[in-house]
Parts: sequence; C-alpha cells; structure tokens
Amino acid sequence: MADFFAMHGYGMYVWTAYGVFFLVLLADALAPLRQRRRTLAELRGRLQREAARKSS
Amino acid sequence: MNPLLLWFHKLGSPPYFYRLAGRFLPWLYVVALVTGAIGFYGGLVVAPADYQQGDSFRIIYVHVPCAWMSLFVYAFMAANGFIALVWRIKLSEVLAMASAPIGAAFTFITLVTGSVWGKPTWGTWWTWDARLTSELVLLFLYFGVIGLHSAIEDTRQAARAAAFLALVGVVNLPIVHYSVNWWNTLHQAQTVSLMGQSKMDARMLWPLLTLAFATHVYFFASLLARSRAALLELESGKEWVRALAKSTPTQEAAHG
Repeated sequence: MADFFAMHGYGMYVWTAYGVFFLVLLADALAPLRQRRRTLAELRGRLQREAARKSS
Repeated sequence: MNPLLLWFHKLGSPPYFYRLAGRFLPWLYVVALVTGAIGFYGGLVVAPADYQQGDSFRIIYVHVPCAWMSLFVYAFMAANGFIALVWRIKLSEVLAMASAPIGAAFTFITLVTGSVWGKPTWGTWWTWDARLTSELVLLFLYFGVIGLHSAIEDTRQAARAAAFLALVGVVNLPIVHYSVNWWNTLHQAQTVSLMGQSKMDARMLWPLLTLAFATHVYFFASLLARSRAALLELESGKEWVRALAKSTPTQEAAHG
C-alpha cells in the first residue's frame, strides 16, 4: 500500500495533480447548489414581505 | 409543426427545461462518478508504469481528459453563443454562460496538472511554448467571458456581449490543437487519435478513454445544475419560480 502511494518517488507529483482535479471539480459542483439556495431564500423573503404589506 | 421541432420549442421554455434537467441531473452525477472511479482504478492500479516516465505518466489520466474538455466546452459555449446571437433563444444564452466557469475549471486543472507533470518530466514547471501559452490564452478567454457577463447589469444583454467575445475566441481552438505540430515545442505530440491507430498500449488507453467519457458526463451534469440555478435567478419574477419558492419553504429547497 505504501508502495502504491509512493509511486516510485513520483507520489508528490501524481497526488498533487489528482488532488487539484478533485478539489476544483468539487468546488465547481457545489457552486450551483449554493446559488440556487441563495436565489430561493431571497425570493422567499421578498414574497413574505409582499404578503405582510398586503395584510397590513 | 413536426413533433421534433415542437419538442425543441418546448425544451426552450424555462420551466420545462428546469424540470427535465432536474430529473436527469442525479443520474448524470451517478454515471460520471461510477465511470470516473472505474477510469481512475484502471489508470492508477491496472495500467503498467511507463517505460520512460515511470509512474509520473499517471498524471495523464487527469491532465488529458481535462485538456480535451477545455476545448470541447469552449466549442459548446461558442455554439450556444452563436445560437443566442442569431435566434435570441434565452436558454442558449443561459447554456453558453453556464459553460464558461466549467470550462475555466477544466482549463485551470489542465494547466496546473501539466505544470506538475512538467517538473519531473521536462525539469521545469513552465515554459512559454506554443501549447502552454495558447492554453493559458484559453483560460484568459474564459475569464474574459465570465468577467464581461458579470460586468453588464442587464443579464440578457450581458449574455449576448459575452457570447460575441466567446465567438471571437474560437480562433484560439485550432491554435491550441495544432500547436504541437505547427511549432517546435517541449509538449509531446498527439498520442491518441480519433481516426486511425492510437500510439498507446491498450491497458493504458482504456482508462484514458473511460475518463474522457466521465468528464464529458460530468460537464453536462454541472451544466444542467448551473443552468437551473441561472434560470431561477433570471426568471425570479415569473409565476413558476414564485410557486417553486412557496412550495419549498425549508432549507431542503436546494435539493428538490
């Protein structure tokens, strides 16, 4: 197992490359989730304010 | 109208697209993850070490699929930009603009992993040769499209201006692709060929092709997710989005 991670001395390079790949794509996958949640939360706030204005 | 055209017309309608994309999205992520895992197993475990580069060659499995994607996504973005400019289809504007950050992510990964591969192989992190420089220009083109899009207040006008920039940048695509043939460069020439024989052992090749498939599927997953989010924002005044906001009052709204 340690042999596998060492990659015959190239471990640092190989795992850095794979790490960058996963981190960047993870950030890319999370971005739209956050944007969607923010948009819906904002809109709900606006709808609540509208409803409050109408009832008062 | 014939049924295919009719369906195409329907697809352009934001609420329809939003629902349809939401149904496909989980499956695309699953397919991308599973094929990606198979590809990485093949690349890291099954494929033998390269006779010249040893185990450092395994960086190919993240570097090359991302490099292919950096070009594919740009072409996809430009094609949608063209449709948006000519026929003014809102969905095409959204698709083009949603592609830009994904393409930038793939281009960034290509440059960084290439640099990390270059150090043990060429003895340098970076060199200003044709392939590397044109790929860096590609990254700046993506940044330009994203920047221009966010700099203009009116979203639809912004999308059209950015789509125009994306179209102009298409010139760079053949330069990136043929740079290794046109100029003397440190970067190796093409090994994998769509037509004709690939100059690579089968045990090394299949993980690469599997990962190329996985990254394509991932791109479409991310594209749909980003387009849905963008459509909600763009149409937040419309009834279907208001109804959606009302029907999902909890934190869970983001997953539905």
